[in-house]
Amino acid sequence: MPDDTPLLSLEGITKDFYGTTVLRDVSFALRRGEILGLVGENGAGKTTLMRILFGMPVIAETGGFGGTVRIDGQPASFRNPFDALDAGIGMVHQEFSLIPGFTTTENIMLNREPSRRNVAVDLFGPRMATLDRPAMTARATKAIERLGVELHPDTLVSEMPVGHKQFTEIAREIDRDNVKLLVLDEPTAVLAESEAEILLASLRRLAAQGIAIIFISHRLHEVTAVADRVVVLRDGQLVKDTSAKGVEVREIAAWMVGREVDANARVRSDRKYGGPALEVEHLWVDMPGETVRDVSFTVREGEIFGIGGLAGQGKLGIPNGIMGLFAAGGTVRLHGKHVELDAPRAALDAGMAFVSEDRRGVGLLLDESLDWNIAFAAMQVKGAYLKRWLGGLFSLRDEKAMRALAEQYIELLEIKCTGHRQKAKELSGGNQQKVCLAKAFALEPNLLFVSEPTRGIDVGAKKLVLDNLRRYNRDEGTTIVMVSSELEELRAICDRVAIVDEGRIAGILPPEAPLADFGLLMAGERAAEASA
Amino acid sequence: MKTPFKLPSAARVRRFAADNVVVLIFLFVTAIAVPSSKLSGTYIIQDLLTRYGRNAFLVFSLLLPIMAGMGINFGMVLGAMAGEIGLIFAVDQGIAGVQGLLYAVLVGAPIAILLGWIAGQVLNRARGREMVTGYILGFFMDGVYQFVVLYLMGAIIPITSKAITLSRGYGIRNTLGLDSVRQSLDKLLKLELGSFDLPMATYLVIALLAIFIVWFRRTKLGQDMRAIGQDQTVSHSAGIPVERTRIMAIVISTLLAMVGQIIFLQNMGNMATYNAHRQTGFFAAAAILVGGASVAKATIPNVLVGVGLLHLMYIVVPPAGARLFGSAQIGEYFRDAMSYAVIALALALHAWRKRANAESARAGLRGAASGAVAPAKMEGGAE
Repeated sequence: MPDDTPLLSLEGITKDFYGTTVLRDVSFALRRGEILGLVGENGAGKTTLMRILFGMPVIAETGGFGGTVRIDGQPASFRNPFDALDAGIGMVHQEFSLIPGFTTTENIMLNREPSRRNVAVDLFGPRMATLDRPAMTARATKAIERLGVELHPDTLVSEMPVGHKQFTEIAREIDRDNVKLLVLDEPTAVLAESEAEILLASLRRLAAQGIAIIFISHRLHEVTAVADRVVVLRDGQLVKDTSAKGVEVREIAAWMVGREVDANARVRSDRKYGGPALEVEHLWVDMPGETVRDVSFTVREGEIFGIGGLAGQGKLGIPNGIMGLFAAGGTVRLHGKHVELDAPRAALDAGMAFVSEDRRGVGLLLDESLDWNIAFAAMQVKGAYLKRWLGGLFSLRDEKAMRALAEQYIELLEIKCTGHRQKAKELSGGNQQKVCLAKAFALEPNLLFVSEPTRGIDVGAKKLVLDNLRRYNRDEGTTIVMVSSELEELRAICDRVAIVDEGRIAGILPPEAPLADFGLLMAGERAAEASA
Repeated sequence: MKTPFKLPSAARVRRFAADNVVVLIFLFVTAIAVPSSKLSGTYIIQDLLTRYGRNAFLVFSLLLPIMAGMGINFGMVLGAMAGEIGLIFAVDQGIAGVQGLLYAVLVGAPIAILLGWIAGQVLNRARGREMVTGYILGFFMDGVYQFVVLYLMGAIIPITSKAITLSRGYGIRNTLGLDSVRQSLDKLLKLELGSFDLPMATYLVIALLAIFIVWFRRTKLGQDMRAIGQDQTVSHSAGIPVERTRIMAIVISTLLAMVGQIIFLQNMGNMATYNAHRQTGFFAAAAILVGGASVAKATIPNVLVGVGLLHLMYIVVPPAGARLFGSAQIGEYFRDAMSYAVIALALALHAWRKRANAESARAGLRGAASGAVAPAKMEGGAE
């Protein structure tokens, strides 16, 4: 390439949020017409990096960042996303930002409509200009042609197949005259295989026209297919920056999930399982952002079953759907008995308990005391901790029993608090999580769902929570289904780990399976390939 | 846009009925009431023609806020109050005829702009609850209006005419005679067609307004309003000034309501100083909804059909009540109840449809599990 100055160069980008480092000294450069595949697990720092690039206000509000962003060799600091747009950087988001009742043309030209002056403009300002429809259509058609796809300029977005919506979004970004760099965040996530193919072809076309592209995707085979270079982020650090030529999907997956640590230290030889405890067939769940499309699995009695996968792929939807918190369908059987869906009470009555990932929303009564929080579910579901009067006509809380229960768990789980009367909202995140666990344990469930049990809590509390789950499983024989974004902790305590991708189970692996295999499953490769 | 496939006819009929249930119920009631009222066709048509001129302008003022996604602007009564203040001054200054009306519009305009701006600010802070907020805002401003007209006018605000002030020396009388401007617009260009009187000048003003709205939709501002009406987040991220545009929609609506109220009152010929605006928003809302509009979508034909249907019912139901139940009052109660029912039904239908749409959109995300497979499996599992 004759021009040696890279279009975009990031130099030593560092960012921390309230003392937690999310990006450490990330540097890479991007030339014109180059496609860069940016990969990394959740929390690897991809999103933060893009926010810095776009000058999102949240970055400045949290203390700015270290390092330099250069566009065409000049240091650039954007105060808001509009500055970035003016500098020729376009972003295509994961969610569509289209107006449903507008046509392709109207959406592509949104707020950049060519217009005609008239008298009213002089009187009331430029917004009274009438739209120049033919010019709008012409420009939109040109942008669509640049993409090289079939899109009718007059189709309403609400009547389009999902692939066309994605193309409309991209066409909107490349209509800008000065667009030099396009960032696509998981553009193929909602597309079918064939649509994704067309999209990749369009990206190559755009790159050939000199537009640089940052392509973020968890589908690694797409990254290797389209990218010239691959940059891998892990835990906020750049771990690999390499030409995409000759790189195997498996290698990228291994870089992404991390070094091969010894996760097999655990002795699992003494594990014994009974028959099937929970059988799930063709489950679908309408949980916004975590849609489950078609999931089937069986958990054995006494087992700790892990469910992992990237955010937004549907792993959280599984326990929420089975527990009746979101609209769901399919078949769920517990110990052979059919469990009614869409009915939280039925799920609880069947003997299942759920420690929600939404601690403060679903898990706790924040304004109530600890003993209340711990006894509450058992009181509602089992009628425990109640004293009956007049042959059951009245029942009153059994404060003494509640207190004993709370004190038992405060000691057992080492909940740091001033006493059983302290309010739940006054506890730290880790201790709140312990209260949630205590609440579930107090139900004495025969099957326990735990969702993101260690999210947002410190290392010490993490260990305690995991140890308690393990102990509870060992001592009580309770079957546990644990959903977590942290592969390491799934591998540390589970007997089997299922990886969810795009609303389906990509595969189920033993915890001692190589990390790269887990990475492959998360990257949208199917089980057959991964276990080979 | 043509639908790519044809629904089976039974389903099409059902869908049409579901989309137009408000209109159909209204048509049904009116169809029963027309023959029982024993009113002559000529009388009904003449009355309808008059009422079109009187009310259509007011109903048009609701179009833009609906387009901007703010629902029915019940805050339009603020504009009506501004128009009334304008008329008070026109009568006080003794400016007669169409000039008097123009004077009232000139006095009312800055008041309407100010009130509209205030309303817009308030509604921007009450996103998603614009309608109920606007409704309550109307009640609040009614109090302010009373304070100004009942206490300040004649005391601090100079009012020269003794004829319109209360005998105590300040405050405006309960009923304001509008003889000086009475039907001046209606009579400006009167067309007699057979036995019918057509107030052509009024119709012309309404036609001009309709043309303005058609033109406005094609402007940049109109396009922005349509965009915001559908998705505020997307519009904002595209750089459209969402709050400002919403305020403009309300300001224009308030201005139009001001003019509309002046046209309404010149036709009536007198003004209940403290009550004239109280039901303006309610009548206009009922009319546009009866015309087939929803809280989220309204067109010019909705306005024209709605004004006709609502007022047809208002004409025929009291006499029908008198004949069927021996009391015109029952008919009057009935027509008010009907109008409120229409608004309630339209609001409930809108909420219901929104939920159904969201649900079907989410269902589209499901995989094969929800399709043909799931029911069969579910039956199997239920054994």
